[in-house]
Amino acid sequence: MANETQTGGRSVDIGHAAKDALLAGLIALGLFGVFIGLQTVQDISNRLVLKVRPEALAVIVGIIVVGRFLLNVFVWGREPSHKAAVASPSGGLLGMFKRLCFLVGVVVTLVAVVDIGFRLAGGALPNMPISPPGTMGLGSIILIEAVAALFGVVLIAFGQNMTERAAALLGPAGIGFLAAFPIIAILGAGWGGSLKWIDNFGIQILIYVMLGWGLNIVVGLAGLLDLGYVAFYAVGAYSYALLAKEFGLSFWILLPLAGILSAFWGIILGFPVLRLRGDYLAIVTLAFGEIIRMVLVNWVDFSGGYAGISGIPRPTLFGIPFNATDEGFAARFGLEFSPIYRTIFLYYLILCLALLTAFVTVRMRRMPVGRAWEALREDEIACRSLGINTTNTKLTAFALGAMFGGFAGSFFSARQGFISPESFTFIESAQILAIVVLGGMGSLYGVVIAAVVLVGGFEIMRELDFLKQIFGNDFDPALYRGLIFGASMVVIMLWKPRGLISTRTPTAFLKERKTVSGDLVKEGHG
Amino acid sequence: MNRWEEKPLLKLEHLTMRFGGLVAVNDLSFSAGEGDITALIGPNGAGKTTVFNCITGFYKPTEGRIALRHGEAKVWDELDAATARPDRRMVRAGAGLYLLERMPDFEVSAHAKVARTFQNIRLFSGMTVLENLLVAQHNALMTASGFTVLGLLGLPAYRKAEKASIEKAKYWLDRIDLMDRADDPAGDLPYGAQRRLEIARAMCTEPVLLCLDEPAAGLNPRESADLNALLLGIREKDGTSILLIEHDMSVVMEISDHVVVLDYGTKISDGKPDFVRNDPKVIAAYLGVSDEEVEAVEAEVLS
Repeated sequence: MANETQTGGRSVDIGHAAKDALLAGLIALGLFGVFIGLQTVQDISNRLVLKVRPEALAVIVGIIVVGRFLLNVFVWGREPSHKAAVASPSGGLLGMFKRLCFLVGVVVTLVAVVDIGFRLAGGALPNMPISPPGTMGLGSIILIEAVAALFGVVLIAFGQNMTERAAALLGPAGIGFLAAFPIIAILGAGWGGSLKWIDNFGIQILIYVMLGWGLNIVVGLAGLLDLGYVAFYAVGAYSYALLAKEFGLSFWILLPLAGILSAFWGIILGFPVLRLRGDYLAIVTLAFGEIIRMVLVNWVDFSGGYAGISGIPRPTLFGIPFNATDEGFAARFGLEFSPIYRTIFLYYLILCLALLTAFVTVRMRRMPVGRAWEALREDEIACRSLGINTTNTKLTAFALGAMFGGFAGSFFSARQGFISPESFTFIESAQILAIVVLGGMGSLYGVVIAAVVLVGGFEIMRELDFLKQIFGNDFDPALYRGLIFGASMVVIMLWKPRGLISTRTPTAFLKERKTVSGDLVKEGHG
Repeated sequence: MNRWEEKPLLKLEHLTMRFGGLVAVNDLSFSAGEGDITALIGPNGAGKTTVFNCITGFYKPTEGRIALRHGEAKVWDELDAATARPDRRMVRAGAGLYLLERMPDFEVSAHAKVARTFQNIRLFSGMTVLENLLVAQHNALMTASGFTVLGLLGLPAYRKAEKASIEKAKYWLDRIDLMDRADDPAGDLPYGAQRRLEIARAMCTEPVLLCLDEPAAGLNPRESADLNALLLGIREKDGTSILLIEHDMSVVMEISDHVVVLDYGTKISDGKPDFVRNDPKVIAAYLGVSDEEVEAVEAEVLS
């Protein structure tokens, strides 16, 4: 067969693809012939009757043949391009997203196709996450799923063909998606159901993204292993809670103040300990985190001890509170009162704070002090031989990271309305550090991906109720979070020891910006 | 009269460095002349790198004074007065004296303008060649960026300074012949190029004295010859004096104006290359013979 077609400059053997698809169809026919082609039904007199379902079988086999053919032509047929992608440095953002698109595309397509098959065959996958609930007709459900399958295929194709230019659009596209997220959530889950998505997913993930970006300055750029980052988060949270309650200051005054106080604590801690390196620094920062928590627990007059602080004033929109009174946001704008307005407001607030963190980090990297941080991570002695005051440089990184932790902390207490030392345990520090390390040290995108996976993944586990149908009603998937968390950490560290995005983008260039492989970038020992 | 006696740039006096019971450097005094290439040689373990670490502030010497001069030579007259004061440096219009043994390492480079390279290359391997040269201009850029604040706001003064720093980096890339690899990570360069880059990086701090710790180690004869040309060029064009530790005698004898020989932490010879080459003590130290046999060995070497 010589009918080779040129797609994207590479040849695909259509004949071979068709033959392979037919073979797959035959195997499917053999497998599903019994499973789907035959059904036992009880008739009125409780006798089992064998029912033959050739249509369902034909649909399933048809989907497999077509699917296999499409995969052959569009995905596997491009073996050479795939190899080229592997040979070129694909460890970066581009390779990461290519693989992500491919993976998501395959999962979506498979789930949709299998569910279509099941529905046509008379059943349905238990609690299909993507199938809309309610009284929709079979036809419209299948239509929606077919669209989903098509979307999956498009995603696969997109992942395979993504160029550097497309990757450059990922940042703006991501910010656009985040800005539109509340609207998408409301459209998708309705007025009431969206609250959970915006609050538990949106705000929660963004808080960790922001904390990750803040810690990234300390650990990722300056290479200082900080195990007590949550201390600065706590300082920010308690600063806001106490000053707002005692002095009635507004959120907008206390936000910068909390940041400054946290930075101040960062400097106080930094002065004595930044001469330590590596493991010793990690231990001291760990201890500092615990000291702050212990003070909060034991100094009851000051912080309320274990009972914490409740009734913390909520942030207002330039003086307009989000409550049910006549002065409230809803009444002012002639809307019906709903708690969702505050949630949406908080969502955009943390989004802005997180983007501020990212913006400052990106700008700082191009400043002399930012380059000095990275140089410090590479080789401290060489830095000193070039006249760089390493103590001051480390302190700026520490203070800046602490300041963003303080911002996030004051946002946290304003959002919760209640804080206690329980929120600032070592495991929080560990989780933020895990986000930074898994994401790839120094990479902003990596931190986002890791935060979505770690925090969002945890939240998703609560939603997986259909697992109860498999493992019984006592099964609570949320209890296995720690196990899955640990296992995924081990897998990622084996698969990508330098984090998900392990390349470094240079801060200056003469002719072209070439990314630096993670193998050359040092991890920092102080 | 020799230049290092007439117009000294750096003076070491009675330098002693002890590590516990080990005396690494014992009562060492020498000076390095302005515009000279001074070589510090000696067998392995003679204490050369320790002297370097004392000069550049990485070690605090147990005893002794290390003084560096900026500007006119007359300022040496005030050395004792400067030492009597608790300050690390004495600066006045057109001249300055720096007491290096009192300074922490980064100040030696930042204020006294003494730059150094390392025996085992210490480049920022994960940063590009260009970035390595920009990090070296940290202090100048830091001032220009108003300690980051003005830079963050993107004021034109900082942008101009940044452009100037890139021009300077380009100048040095051209000198060390690495223009084509400016955007590659420094860790990807071949060994010889890494050595040259480390020298260029040190030169980007605009030093008055450049200390090179075995710059020719691991270089082939061709690269060695290129290095000689680079070092002579630095002395001619940039007016930077050089102090180097070297084992490669082709480099030492060819380019240096002044050679100081150390053995077991003590100075055994000090003079012009020709004088040192024929000094029986040096031959004895290098060939490892006792003093009585020196003459016999010397005759053998010369024949």
